[in-house]
Amino acid sequence: MSEPILATRNLRKNFGALTATDDVSIDLRAGEIHAIIGPNGAGKSTLIAQICGGLRPDSGSVHLLGRDVTADNTQARAQAGLGRTFQISALAMEDSVLENVVLGALGSSGNPWRFWSRALSDTSLTAKADAALERVGLIEHRNTRCAELSHGQRRQLEVAVALTLSPKAFVMDEPMAGLGAEGSKLLTAFLDQLRSEAPILLVEHDMDAVFALADRISVLVYGQVIATGTVDEIRQSRAVREAYLGEEA
Amino acid sequence: MSTLLIIEQVLNGLQFGVMLFLMAAGLTLIFGVMGLINLAHGSLYMIGAFAAAAVAGATGSFVLALAAALAVAAIAGALIEITVIRRLYGKAHLDQVLATFALILIFSEGTRWLFGSFPLFLNIPDYLSGPVALPGGIQYPLYRLTLIAVGLLVGLGLWALIERTRIGIQIRAGENDREMIAALGVDIRLLYTLVFAIGAALAGLAGALVGAIQSVQVGMGEPVLILAFVVIVIGGIGSIKGAFIGALLVGLTDTLGGIFLPELFKLFMEPGAATQTGSALASMAIYILMSLVLIWRPTGLFGARA
Amino acid sequence: MIPERLLNWVVFAGLLAVPLWAIVADEPFTITLVTRAVILAIAAVGLNIALGIGGLVSLGHAVFFGLGGYAMGILAYHAQTYTSLDLFGLSLAGTKSMPIIWLVAVVVSALAAWVIGLLSLRTSGVYFIMITLAFGQMFYYFAISWSTYGGEDGLSIYVRNGFPGLNTLVPIQFFGLCFALLCIVLFLNARLQNAPFGLALNAARQVPTRVETVGLNPMRLKLVAFVISGAITGLAGALFADLNRFVSPTMFNWQLSGELIVLIIIGGVGRLYGPVVGACLFVALEHWLGALTEFWHVYLGLILLVIVLFARGGIIGLLTGKEGAHV
Repeated sequence: MSEPILATRNLRKNFGALTATDDVSIDLRAGEIHAIIGPNGAGKSTLIAQICGGLRPDSGSVHLLGRDVTADNTQARAQAGLGRTFQISALAMEDSVLENVVLGALGSSGNPWRFWSRALSDTSLTAKADAALERVGLIEHRNTRCAELSHGQRRQLEVAVALTLSPKAFVMDEPMAGLGAEGSKLLTAFLDQLRSEAPILLVEHDMDAVFALADRISVLVYGQVIATGTVDEIRQSRAVREAYLGEEA
Repeated sequence: MSTLLIIEQVLNGLQFGVMLFLMAAGLTLIFGVMGLINLAHGSLYMIGAFAAAAVAGATGSFVLALAAALAVAAIAGALIEITVIRRLYGKAHLDQVLATFALILIFSEGTRWLFGSFPLFLNIPDYLSGPVALPGGIQYPLYRLTLIAVGLLVGLGLWALIERTRIGIQIRAGENDREMIAALGVDIRLLYTLVFAIGAALAGLAGALVGAIQSVQVGMGEPVLILAFVVIVIGGIGSIKGAFIGALLVGLTDTLGGIFLPELFKLFMEPGAATQTGSALASMAIYILMSLVLIWRPTGLFGARA
Repeated sequence: MIPERLLNWVVFAGLLAVPLWAIVADEPFTITLVTRAVILAIAAVGLNIALGIGGLVSLGHAVFFGLGGYAMGILAYHAQTYTSLDLFGLSLAGTKSMPIIWLVAVVVSALAAWVIGLLSLRTSGVYFIMITLAFGQMFYYFAISWSTYGGEDGLSIYVRNGFPGLNTLVPIQFFGLCFALLCIVLFLNARLQNAPFGLALNAARQVPTRVETVGLNPMRLKLVAFVISGAITGLAGALFADLNRFVSPTMFNWQLSGELIVLIIIGGVGRLYGPVVGACLFVALEHWLGALTEFWHVYLGLILLVIVLFARGGIIGLLTGKEGAHV
């Protein structure tokens, strides 16, 4: 088995008496979609925050491309190749769609210290931005103000910004949230082909999408991974049924 | 330099500190509960001082003057809360800064219009004037000692109000969860007006008490307001305990720095230059203290950590 | 509704036309008044970079205005008394040359902004407001207690400083100089706002978490914005002191910091011409209302309250029907 692209090792995080993350070790391997599911309050958001650098674990480590990035902050991890989308869209609402994506391109260029040239006339930035918009199907909205986008379009834009970073691994926090059936289907198809570019750690509530996409699933309950396996293994796992689906065994 | 002088200066620092606490407590309470930054808090300090000076001038009674300071500041506070401040909750800090800056302009010029530009004087009543002998043979002004006592008593009262009463429970709940206490049937609008009026009354009281040892004039509130901000930054926003500790630290640093820094520099500089360098540095001492706290702990000594 | 671009040109033309009219009508005081507006506009353009684009509510920009003023005051004082300025063992000569004074004002203000920014950007929100306000007060008290340069009384300069090829004592020539600087600063601001830096800074104001996740440091962006902002306000301070031929601790006064924000909000936050419109309006109000009543600040306060509570886009917002940036 190849080296995982992204991995956590024995992550632990307490908030007072509450253990939000309890000895979590997960792997994300090349070419796969690894879904994290779990009931509300299972600690998914806390886990993502620790993987992306917003939160320091009490113990344990995070590895990206074999390198320990536990001590790195969010920016350093982004520069190292972690592409993230937010559950609640984190977009510059006053700016245009293009400007939001150009920000991503600017981030991947690593040099925002240019005070004179027009950002939107810089073809090295806009070409990258347009390519990303083209891929998520937002190119005809490139000059729309972000605040005027529909909810689903904002989700697409989130993904487009992450694409401009050409990340080595994606971490997506409920990308399907609030999408209609049609939107979910489109995004599912898109993520399906995206995995060959870079693997995706997918936190998602939409079970149809998870079962359609995931190569592997980890189930998080009360901060612990109670099972990791293929879709079929998880479907048949007694522990999962008990803990997550609330069914009596 | 004698021990007596040092003790006297420490008492001066304490007196300054507890008065700053009266200002800072209201500010930090208002921020903690309503999330509002109120630049007009200094105006309420000024209003208290003017109300006291006017009433003392008319009646000759210091007690009535203090009562007037409390009442007028509280009423002014409640009025601006209902007319202006209420519209600022949940708005951007910039809006709060601008609107309360506008209130300063209106209050300052309004007061100048009513009372003129010349300072008023509020006299210390006979029964509080003169020095008092402390153990160890220290002669210290009775009035300043009274200020320390009043400040400590108000601090204690505030602690009791917040920790031991129904209103206190509601205030603490308001800091944590607005929707929850509204759901519990507490009239949140009334609670906010009340908290604002309490803060205003404390500022008014401080203004009146300090007004008797300094002059009462337009613009007296803002330097104190800014010092109260320094106190809050040091103590941590929203923490009454932090405001108390921060106020004493600032009061002592400012007073002792002004006395001892020039002396310190005289040890290795010629007296003239030492006095100048020392007093220039002393004027910066509390801000340097604030910077050090910021480097060490950006959210203040007792602030919620980010 | 008027297109914003047209409005900008009208303001620009008006700023040039009024002093020219004043020459014809022989009203030198009007020229001084417009010069004052232009200088305040430069200061506010500086602040607007931090406030409007970067979202940094600085209540301490009087620091930079005052430092610029004192840079002029101190250099000119040494030049007119033929004394040397002793600094860290170096013995420097004073100067009456504006370009050198401006350079010193900009460098000193930028350095101060860097230190203050480094400290205050460790926090955000209300802490930032309180801390910048406190640092402003620190400089104010320092200037008062520093008797070498006049202490509370400030420094008077007998003759306005010079600029090669111009007679700065002629009001219209000094106006022209200030106006040219305003144009340069506005042009700089316009470039910066549309440059990659401006785009990233603008995003750092709205969604700092997003800026981090694309691998940029929002704090560093804001610090650089604060330094540029402070430097421009410092330049304005040097000009302001030269206009009055006087500098005193009141240039450090916190109220001035408040008024600079007020200028921006009256004009329109985050708009290129917002500070210019605001400064013109402020000086006009000060002049006309001040002539009507001694207590014109009451009316300024009321106008400000109405704008904050009901017209967030400022005057430009009202005239163009567009909302301002959200800070």
